[in-house]
Amino acid sequence: MVHGILAMQHPSERPKWWWWVFVAGLAAFFITMPFHLEIFVILEMSRFFGMAMLALSMGFLWGFSGILSFGQTAFFGLGGYGFTVLALNTGETTGSVFFAVALGAAGAGILGYFMIYGRISEIYLSVITLVFTLILEKGIRATSGDQYVIGKVRLNGQNGIPTVPQLDVPWNTSVQLDINWFFWVGAVVMILVYIGLRLLLTTPFGRVLVGIRENERRTELLGYDTRRYKLGAFMLAGGVAGLGGAFYAISIPLAHPEMFSLGRAADVIMWVLVGGKGTLIGPIAGVFAIEHFKGWLGTQGVGQVTLVLGAVLILFVLVFQRGLVPSIGSLPGLWQDRAAIGRRLGEAAAQARRPVRRRGQARRGSGA
Amino acid sequence: MLEVEGLGAGYGRIPILNGIDFSIARGEIVGVLGHNGMGKTTLLRTLMGEIRATGGVIRFEDEDITRLAMHRRARLGIGYVPQGRDIYPQLSVMDNLRMGEIVRRGQSAVPELLEYFPVLEALMERPGRALSGGEQQILALARCLAGRPRLLLLDEPTEGIQPSIVDQIQAKLAELTRALDLTVLLVEQNLRFIAALAERVLIMQKGTIVASIAPEQLSDQAIVDEYLGI
Repeated sequence: MVHGILAMQHPSERPKWWWWVFVAGLAAFFITMPFHLEIFVILEMSRFFGMAMLALSMGFLWGFSGILSFGQTAFFGLGGYGFTVLALNTGETTGSVFFAVALGAAGAGILGYFMIYGRISEIYLSVITLVFTLILEKGIRATSGDQYVIGKVRLNGQNGIPTVPQLDVPWNTSVQLDINWFFWVGAVVMILVYIGLRLLLTTPFGRVLVGIRENERRTELLGYDTRRYKLGAFMLAGGVAGLGGAFYAISIPLAHPEMFSLGRAADVIMWVLVGGKGTLIGPIAGVFAIEHFKGWLGTQGVGQVTLVLGAVLILFVLVFQRGLVPSIGSLPGLWQDRAAIGRRLGEAAAQARRPVRRRGQARRGSGA
Repeated sequence: MLEVEGLGAGYGRIPILNGIDFSIARGEIVGVLGHNGMGKTTLLRTLMGEIRATGGVIRFEDEDITRLAMHRRARLGIGYVPQGRDIYPQLSVMDNLRMGEIVRRGQSAVPELLEYFPVLEALMERPGRALSGGEQQILALARCLAGRPRLLLLDEPTEGIQPSIVDQIQAKLAELTRALDLTVLLVEQNLRFIAALAERVLIMQKGTIVASIAPEQLSDQAIVDEYLGI
């Protein structure tokens, strides 16, 4: 069970009942928090939900379709700004959240179309997405003049837009959510995104994505137009990042060029790597662990928070190569694997005694 | 079923194939023999669309597919089992099979495939990488068949597999081509295997087809020496 939740050996299998119990437990854990935690902790943690959606978007894209987009922050920032500008102009927030999702997905659609249909190799895709987010950051930072106005909202350049409206109640827009309610909505939306992505992996679409991650060429040979699937995944992740951006901007509350920055882009990689790539709960755990740790380091008077954090992260990635969550998850699996390992060893020994070519000799791609 | 005229292809500016001409009739099993580096794998990859043809025409069921994308050829009914199997190592056997089902809509092909390949039944939950070489080969074949191809391109299915399994694969292929009405183009170095299955054997030398012989002639040492001698 632990194995299934934390390590996700078979992403295409429908989650069993205990996964739903786990999700319900997770939801209950968050929902009860405002009742026994200080208000400043709740405020702090509200920020994490937007970040966790950003982490999920990358965890999904990188972990399950093998696309390493270094610039998920581009769509995160677009979502944050899109929400803020529209909500300030219209005075309505629910639709603006949807707009943030659409903007993230559309941005990813345009950028992704050229990269994926242009058959750009993986490493260039990472570089281009990173450059894209940095261009957006520079662009937004350069909008401090009075002339940079969308509707009645000034973009404010370096300083960002500090007047991000709080979410209001969809059916009664004159009532704003208070701190606890925003926390609950954030938690629920994050968990819904988690459930949605998890279930998506059980569909044929999800299976093909995992196939692409494993072997794109092979997947194409089986008759799938892999570019369409990759673009779909890229747009979906862009939308999720946009959603995260809206929630993040509301939580601080500030729409700031920092959302697009290199530092933030690197954070996302760290969340996913430390939490566990190839799982969906890993990126969420990564956000909460690292961001909480950062906050704690800040209070310990170590001074060089970034330096200490960097050292810890390097150590971490070296020790837990697959990330925190899968490493914990595979502990019980090791026990079950003993039998399989034994079988393999026996087979190998039997094979070694026979005078046949070894099976490791597959001359893949020798091109003869 | 498959007609190839004047086909040329290569890697970058290095030509590998030139002026390949042959055709396969429906239901035929045709073997391709040749030394390493003669272009056998390149031929299959060009037929499948992995390598762009630099000249000539490929027609499949009277349709010109020379410029068609790889996945479209697969959907038309060409199945390709490449050298080295190329299964998904992290996915379970079941998921590997499901991935092959694209062309099929509705009913799953898996139960039917398990009748043909009962050995896979016990392995369904296992990840592809945990299978032995022979099992992987069978899985690759079964996965390809899950898409219900009409033309099967096989690249050295016996490579690196122990002799007893080779015999099983041979028997299975003979049975399947009849049962599923398959046409097969088989690239192979194993003379015995190719002689047992193929109805006609094409000999490749330096990127072109130099002869077409009957499988019985493979037991003739003089002929083997002429085309395949070192």
